[in-house]
This record gives sequence, structure tokens and C-alpha cells, in this order.
Amino acid sequence: MTGAALAGGWPRRWSLSSRGQLGLLCLLLPLGLYLALLVGRYPLAPGQLLAFLLAQAGIGTMAPEQFDLIHTLVWEIRLPRVLAAALIGAALAVSGAAYQAVFINPLVSPGILGVLAGSSFGAALGMVFFSSWLLVQLGSVLGGCAAVAVGLGIGRLFGVQSRMMLVLGGIFSGALFSGLLALVKYLADPYEQLPAIVYWLMGSLGQAGFDDLALYAPWILGSVLILALLGRALDALAMGEDTAATLGVSVARIQLLVILCATLASALTVSLAGMIGWVGLLAPHIARLLIGPLNRLLIPASALLGALFLLAADAVSRTLSSAELPIGVVTELVGLPLFLLVLRNVRRGWGG
Amino acid sequence: MKPLLEALDVHFAYGRAGGRPGGHAVLQGIDLQVMPGEVIALLGANGGGKSTLLRLLLGLLQPARGEVWLGGRRYRRWSRPEIARRVAYVPQSQLVPFPYRVRDLVALGCIARRGLYRRLNHDDDNTVSAALERLQIESLAERNFAELSGGQQQLCLIARALAQRAPLIVLDEPITGLDYGNQWRLLGLIGELSREGYTFIKSTHYPEHALSIASRVLLLQQGRILAQGTPQQVITPDTLRRLYGLEVALHPLADGRTALLPDL
Repeated sequence: MTGAALAGGWPRRWSLSSRGQLGLLCLLLPLGLYLALLVGRYPLAPGQLLAFLLAQAGIGTMAPEQFDLIHTLVWEIRLPRVLAAALIGAALAVSGAAYQAVFINPLVSPGILGVLAGSSFGAALGMVFFSSWLLVQLGSVLGGCAAVAVGLGIGRLFGVQSRMMLVLGGIFSGALFSGLLALVKYLADPYEQLPAIVYWLMGSLGQAGFDDLALYAPWILGSVLILALLGRALDALAMGEDTAATLGVSVARIQLLVILCATLASALTVSLAGMIGWVGLLAPHIARLLIGPLNRLLIPASALLGALFLLAADAVSRTLSSAELPIGVVTELVGLPLFLLVLRNVRRGWGG
Repeated sequence: MKPLLEALDVHFAYGRAGGRPGGHAVLQGIDLQVMPGEVIALLGANGGGKSTLLRLLLGLLQPARGEVWLGGRRYRRWSRPEIARRVAYVPQSQLVPFPYRVRDLVALGCIARRGLYRRLNHDDDNTVSAALERLQIESLAERNFAELSGGQQQLCLIARALAQRAPLIVLDEPITGLDYGNQWRLLGLIGELSREGYTFIKSTHYPEHALSIASRVLLLQQGRILAQGTPQQVITPDTLRRLYGLEVALHPLADGRTALLPDL
């Protein structure tokens, strides 16, 4: 490491091999998953879980009644929700990181173009007018995409300074779909549908099952993969549209692809588990502190950190009280102090 | 010799989609030929159309009428990477709210040849190192770009343009915001690079800078070319009065240079 590297505040951190840190995060994820399976109303000892997993894999043996008990607890109840937490955390964090690059702003979160409001509206609409769970999910994804389309459309309508107009378009579509959501809530049956909507909007992993995961995982992981492959393009976009174009990037096309992937990933999280805030803003930020701003590494690191963050939040939501807390409430409360940390860093000369 | 870049009867107007005529006319009937090895200075008052012309010359805007040709082909027929291998752009400033290292920022110049997906190889690393060395900013390589001074940032942006290995470099008011020493050091550097074979187009607010290093000057007034030619032909008390509404005396010095003294 050179003297110049030591002199600057930030560089010191990521010259400690960003790749090494990414590798470390990769190792932390299975550990996080393992720990998350232990906690809950009926805590398991680490050894118990290991014995169960070995028995499940056919390597070890275990008393049948104990095996059945742990099987129900771990395999049927905890595992799907733990996997859902990791998947959702990764999706939100990666969309946040991608939107931050496109909007050249470290304080942007996945909701910037109205996708969360749109998805909530779509899901609520599904709950009130169609009672099928599949239609709720579909409505949520379509609502999110519609909101982003409105945001983009408003942005394009006024053209010229497109990034600024996109932000305003996002504010517009966010407000529009929040208004529509309020309307749906008003129309909902106040004894059954309204509480269901409100509870679901707080964010809950309880609904997620293996069949949902099988349906969602390919799309979410696909979006994450595409965004990770676009890492260098995201770096160029973070330099501004004109500069990115003169560096050799087809800006409009790449922007659209990034927005599509980020929108799809975050709309899917809403449809799977409702509104879960802060992850999309905080995880990329912390990842950037650890491994630097290069998106090729930042996107996977954000995914891993987002997954770990949500695993932790889910563990808290399952253990803090005997009745499970909605995970959206937990991330909201845990996220706020972390957000102060973000603000402190942003203030400290991130070009602001 | 063929021109690197050529604008033929270019018109542009803001306010209508695609810059079609009918909105507020910004540029009218611009003709410009950029030959290899030239240093072209673009002078004009604020709002005179300098930035718009630069954006048209970079292919970031499409002319409403007329055509911009790059290497004998219309702009719209080139892809973005093909353009990037021929023209590099140095913006006036670069606000990056993320802590990019100088080296990584300069390496973005390699997109022009390596594309967005292929891994940077040893050759690219050498290109980046050479660009940093050429501007004598190797010591800044590991620093956070956002924390550097304006002058250092400008050098990094030029290094990024060199890493693009494009023969033509377009600079948007590169001198603005730099202190007196950095201004003249940067001009000296542009002169040196032009002797090494690079071609430059730069917009500037300073006639004296145009006099000192430009091989050709283009004066823009309200979207039209007021005059075009060598600095000595074009920068006169008369044109300066018309451009800036200011009486400026030109004093030839014994060593062949000319001093500009505004009469306030």
C-alpha cells in the first residue's frame, strides 16, 4: 500500500482487497442462514440443527420423533421464510444500488420511481376484488411496473433534463399510487380486508412457502445477475449521462434495462412479503463503505449484505416478542439509526 | 488530408422535440472543419451556443438541419463505442457522490475499446498507468476523486480522455474554476499534447488563452459564426466589442505575443 493510499480517508479501506471482503461476505451468508434457522419461539442448539441436517441428508441418524419435530420446525416453517428473507434482502439491496447509480445519488432507495407504492396498490386491489393469492401477487407485480411506467412516462414527457424529470416523475407516480391505495383501503371491507391489507403492508415473511420461492427466485436472481454484469455500465452512468455516452455507453438503452431489472426485483419483493423499508438504501451504503464504489463488486456485496440484514431483522422479529413482529416494522426501527450513519458519511465530503 | 470532424450547415433549436426548427433557435448555419492536429478554440458570450455546439459535435444532440460528420460518416451511423474510440470528452467538472478512486475513474476510458462486459486486461492497465503518468498524477491514483481539488480533478478527467485513446478531445471550458497557475499549466499541457498528435476542440471564456494556444478560433454570436480563422485574424478589438460589448486594446509585444487589455 502506498503512502497516498494511507493518506486519504476512504481508500485505505478498499485497498484491503475488495475481493477478499466479498469472499468473506460469501462465507457469512451460509453462517447467517444457519443461525437464522436456530432462533425463534423454540430455539434450537447449533448441534441439534447439525444433527438434523446430517440425518436429512442421509449421513447421520436421529431419533424419529425428534427428527419429525425438528423437520416440521426447520424444514417446513423456518427454512422457506429464512430463504425468502435472504432473497428479498438481496433483491431490495441490489435494486437500491442500481437506482443509486442511475440517479447518481447515494440517498436513493428502490421506491424512487414509485414501484413500492404501485406494488402495494396492485396487491391491495387484488385482496379486495379478487381473493386469490396468485392474483394478489400478480396485481402487485403489475402495479409496480405500471407505477414505474407512469414515472418514466412523466419524465419523458418533459424531456431535456431527464434525470431530474425522472425523479419528479417518480414523485408523481408514487403520490398517484399512494392515493389509489388509500382509495382501495377506503373501499375495503373494514372487518376483514382492511386489516389484511394493513398487516400485509407492514411486511411479513409468514406467507412465503417453497412454491412461492420456486416461482420468484429465478426472476429475482436473474435480475441481480444482470445488474451485476452491468457493473461497469453503472459506474459510467454514475458519471452523468453525457459523460457515460461519450465513454461509449448507449445510455438510454442501458438505463432502461437497469430500471427494468431493479423494478422487477423490488416489485417481486413487495408481492412476496409486503413493504420492507430501508434495506435498499442501507445495504448498498454499507457495502460501499466496505468494498468501495465499483459496481461490479458493489452489486454482489450489496446483495449479500441485504440478505444478511434481512435475516437478522427476521430473527429479531421472531424472537423479540411471543407474537411475531412484522418485519417491515423491525427494519423501519433498526434502519433509522443506521440512516443517521449514512447521513453522517454523506455529509463528510461525498461531493455534497 | 481529411477532416476528423465536420459540421455542415448545422441548425439547432431547443424547445421542440428533436431540436426541430420552430423552438428557440440556438445555432444557425454552423460550418466547421476540424483537421488533425488542430487546437480549435470556441469563443462566445454566455448563451451564445458554445455548449450546444460542443454537444452536437459530440453527437449528444442531433442537429435540426444540416449534418455532423465524424471520420467521413454521419454521426447517427456510428454506434456509441465507435464514437468513443474517435472522440473523447472532458466535461467542465464532474460531480461524483461515490468515492471512486482516481485509477478506477480513469479506467472508465477503457470502455471505448474493451466494452462494458469484458474484463480489463494487462494492456488496459498499462493504458491507464500511461495516462496517469502523462499527466504526472500517478501519486493520486489511489485517492478518492471527490476529495481532490478542482485542478487535480480536471487532470484526472483529461487522463480518462487519454485512456480512451481517441485522437480528438473535446473540452468544455476546461480552464473555468482553476487558479491562475493551474490555468496556464493546463494550457501548456494541451499545447504539448497537440504537438504529440492529439486534436482539440475547446470552448473558453478567455480570448488570451485562445491567442496563446489555439491554431484556429471560432467566434460564436447568438448562434451564428461571427468569424473563423487564426487567432490573429479573428481576435480583434472589433470582434471583441461585438462579442462581449467591451473595449479591449491589443498590444503586440516584442516577442511576437499579444497582450489584451480591457478598457474599463
